[in-house]
Formats: sequence, C-alpha cells, structure tokens
Amino acid sequence: MADSGFDVGYVARLAHIDLTDEETGLFSVQLGDILKYMEKLKELDVSGVEPTMHGHGRVNAFREDEPVAHGNRDGFLANAPGRIGDEYRLPKIVEDA
Amino acid sequence: MDFPKWTIATAAAAMRRGEISSVELVRDLAATVAARDGDINAYLTFDEEGALKAAAAADARRAAGEDGPLLGVPVAIKDLINVAGQPCTCASRMLVGYTSPYDATVTARLKAAGAVCAGRVNMDEFAMGSSTENSAFKVTHNPHDLERVPGGSSGGSAAAVAAGEAVCALGTDTGGSIRQPASFCGIVGFKPTYGRVSRYGVTAFASSLDQVGPMTKTVEDAALLMQALAGEDPHDGTTAQEPVPDFAAALQGASLKGMRIGLPKEYFIDGTDPAVTEIVKAAIAKCEAAGAEMVEVSLPHTEYAMAVYYIVAPAEASANLARFDGVRYGHRSAAADDVMSLYCRSRAEGLGQEVKRRIILGTYVLSSGYYDAYYGRAQKVRTLIRRDFSEAFGKVDVLLTPVAPTPAFKIGELQDPLSMYLNDLFTIPASLAGLPAISVPAGKTAAGLPVGVQFIGAPFADAGVLACARAFEVVNLS
Repeated sequence: MADSGFDVGYVARLAHIDLTDEETGLFSVQLGDILKYMEKLKELDVSGVEPTMHGHGRVNAFREDEPVAHGNRDGFLANAPGRIGDEYRLPKIVEDA
Repeated sequence: MDFPKWTIATAAAAMRRGEISSVELVRDLAATVAARDGDINAYLTFDEEGALKAAAAADARRAAGEDGPLLGVPVAIKDLINVAGQPCTCASRMLVGYTSPYDATVTARLKAAGAVCAGRVNMDEFAMGSSTENSAFKVTHNPHDLERVPGGSSGGSAAAVAAGEAVCALGTDTGGSIRQPASFCGIVGFKPTYGRVSRYGVTAFASSLDQVGPMTKTVEDAALLMQALAGEDPHDGTTAQEPVPDFAAALQGASLKGMRIGLPKEYFIDGTDPAVTEIVKAAIAKCEAAGAEMVEVSLPHTEYAMAVYYIVAPAEASANLARFDGVRYGHRSAAADDVMSLYCRSRAEGLGQEVKRRIILGTYVLSSGYYDAYYGRAQKVRTLIRRDFSEAFGKVDVLLTPVAPTPAFKIGELQDPLSMYLNDLFTIPASLAGLPAISVPAGKTAAGLPVGVQFIGAPFADAGVLACARAFEVVNLS
C-alpha cells in the first residue's frame, strides 16, 4: 500500500483542479503523512470479509421510471454562470471539421 | 421571556397560550442576532423579511385552528441545506451568488410542520472540518470562550443555539459534525441512524455517511425536531422503510434504571484530556447511581476507524464534488479559454484548501492501481467495525463514550490536518456503522468549557437513544 511515487500533480489533473506550486508541495507532504497513517489497515486480515457500501442493509430501491416536471426550470437556469437563452454557454468542445 | 431562553417546547407552549406570536418570536430572534452575532459570527445570512413572512403564515395557520410542536418555531439552517429562494453557499466561494431553486426534503418537512427557516449558519466548507475555521467567509467563535472554536463542521448551528441566537438548528453529521460541536458548545446534538432522515437537497459530502440531525438546547427538543424530519422519502433511495416511532412519547418516563450501558474500553484511552475523562467518569457514576448497569465491552477495530473514514469519506467526496465545475452553477473562472481549463481553474479558484486536499486524497484512493489497496480494503474494515457494534449490542442496550478527546480548542491552534482529523476519533466509528448517536451536555471543565457524553444505539434505536439521553439529562441536572 505504501506509495513512494505519490504524484500530487498527476492526481490533481485527474481531479480537475489546478494547483499552485505551493499547494503541490504542501499537499505532497501532508497527504504523504495521511497515507502513511492509512498503512495501519494493512495489519488486518480482510480476506473473505464483505465490503460495506452503506450505513444500513438496504441495497437497491427501485421505482417506476416516470419522468416528472421539476417545476422550477427558470430557478435552475438562473444559477448558470454562463447562459444563452435557455442553454448553458461553454467554450467550444468539438473542433470544426 | 428573553429570546435566548426559548426552547422549541416552551416557545410552542407560549404560542399555544397566545402569550407570544411567531412574528414576535422572529422579531426577537432578529434583534438577538443583531445584538450578539458580531461577537459569535454564527450566521452567514439572515433574511428577516422572509422569516417574518413565514412567521405570519404560521400565525395565520394557528389562528385557523392548527397546532403542532413546531408551528411558528424558528429553526437555523446549516448552509448546505437547500431552502427555496435562499442562498446555499456551503461556506464556499464556489457557491457565492447561488440561490436554491428548490427545498430539501428536510426543509419541506419543516415547512409543512409550520417551522420558520430563519437564517443560514456557518460551517466548514462543504462540511469538511472539525472547527468551522474552514469556512470561506468567517470564523465562528465559541460562545463559552470567544477565543475558542465552536467545533465543526456544524459549528455555526452549535454556536447559534448555545449563544441563544437560535431556538434550535439543523446540522449534518458525516463523521461527528453534529456531535463534536454540540459537545464543544454545551448543547444537544443528535445524529440519527443512517437512512432515518432524507438527504435530498442536502449538498452531499460522503453519501454513505451523511445524515441531517437536530441541534437543540434539550433532548426533548431534539425528539420534537426528529418527528418532523424522519421518514422514507421517494427522492432519496437510501432512506429507510422502517416505521417512524413517536419520539416524544419515548421520552415519557425515560429511566436509566435497569438499563445495560456498555463502556467500550477502546474509548477510554491515554491521550484524552484529563478534564474530559473526569467529566465522563462522573457521568458514568451518575448513570450507575440512577440504577443503570455498567458493562465493559470491547470494540476491537476502533483504532482502524479513522483510517477507514479518511479513505471512504474523501473518496465519496471526490465523486460528489465533481459537480462543482463551473458549468451549470457556481463559480466560473474568467481566465478559462477551453473546457478543460474552465473546469480546472474554476475549481482552483472556487474551492478552499481543505476541500482540495480531500478531493485529491479521494481521487488518489480511487485511482487505477490503488482502488483495492485503499478503498476496497477500507470498505472491508468498515464491515469489521460494524460487526464489533453488532456484537456489543447483543450484550448492552446502549454505549456510553466521550464525544471528543478534548474540550474546544483555541482558534488557530490545530494547523496540521492529521491532528485536526484526530478530533473525530470517538464519533467516526458510529458514523461508519450508520448508528444513531447523541452528544448530551455532561459538565464543564475548570476553565468553564462544556464537555458532552455520547450515547450510541443499535440501528434504528433512535428513540431509545433519545430516551436514554433524556434520562441522563434529568439525573445530570438534579
């Protein structure tokens, strides 16, 4: 479980967060300490133990897949940081052919 | 009566007798917040006009013959719970300017009961923290000592109630965020069984752990709020189908006599502040004197709970907080020129340091090659922690433990993230096992700092935990 090559910059890119050099340095040290603490879990034999995903036993809750109108479309759109009419405005994703 | 003294029960009774109206109560609340909150900094926003309107509506309902334990009672709301038309910043720069387009289920239930959602209270950003110092906006002060933190993450809720700037409040608890601030501020804080209360409309931190719960001056008030909050919700598939008991009725005649109270030896360890140990020991003696049988039990995997929690919670947070990307709501960087830089820069500018740290930790433990070693293993150890509790509840009715290893610490005192995380040592295991747990005031240190004790119950023994806490409250006050 130990990972000497914990690369904060790489993980930050996976997480879609630009870090400053200062943050990268600080987090490398702090997260290194935290991961070292996690090593404790290696002491335990967990073979054959079922994982717990949730705080109680209920696994799936199904309901009919019926679309319903939310009722406050304008309220949601009003929070858009960029908007053209009723659509969200974003930088272009797909290049022109 | 002075506003700071009102409880839910006394305020509702006074309104029933016609001695005060909800509008008058909310006016007094606004005046109290104006007078006191400069020192405490519990509130992020207080919409007096909106609260007065809701109070007038409650008064009209009462005039039309309606009655109820929450009708006209103001409730302070932790700033991650959506109330339509109000801000919901989660104490983050990311959500400045956001207006909730809908009510969380807990909000809708409070409104249906006639409660007034009056004011939004401070917290650690996105509920990540144990001191409320991680708020992007202000540092909240502990009303018992202004140089100290109120605890966290529901520190604004706890401080507002303790300072008499709120009758009661809603908090949320993921690893101790209701119970630890309740202990630090000398109030009652109850984390229900996982699934007892809906999470719909509550900004998600760690979905397998988060629960909304009451933060109040008395156990009775916690029961009254629980009655409104609890129950299955079609909007949250993790809510439980178990029938909701009558919580207030469960408190009637509550007694410790004959109760078997477990003392898990792993919670009585070196490193706990001696003042805390002394107060908890005195609480144990009082329970014994009241006829409870104290039984030493063992929860052998307790020492692994912290490591499990700080894998599971950040992992879930890294997925939940992916939604804050500057696209549909929240902060959008002005410096972005393509979609990827829009995500990365908006998040860099909008999120605070602790949130970034946990997202990166969570992303790492879920990343290819590390998933099994960290997240997979942590989920299995979580099973072992749950089993410990199941075995203990075969022998005892309830467990009694300290809430936190120390009383409230000084603002700025804990700088290293790991030592801050250790604050949650005694609250995290019950969270991982999804158990109901309450912090009840037990006493004060020589320096005048409050210390609570924690009662933990078996799954869905919420009413039993409240009853036990009520019985303790009575013997502790006498």
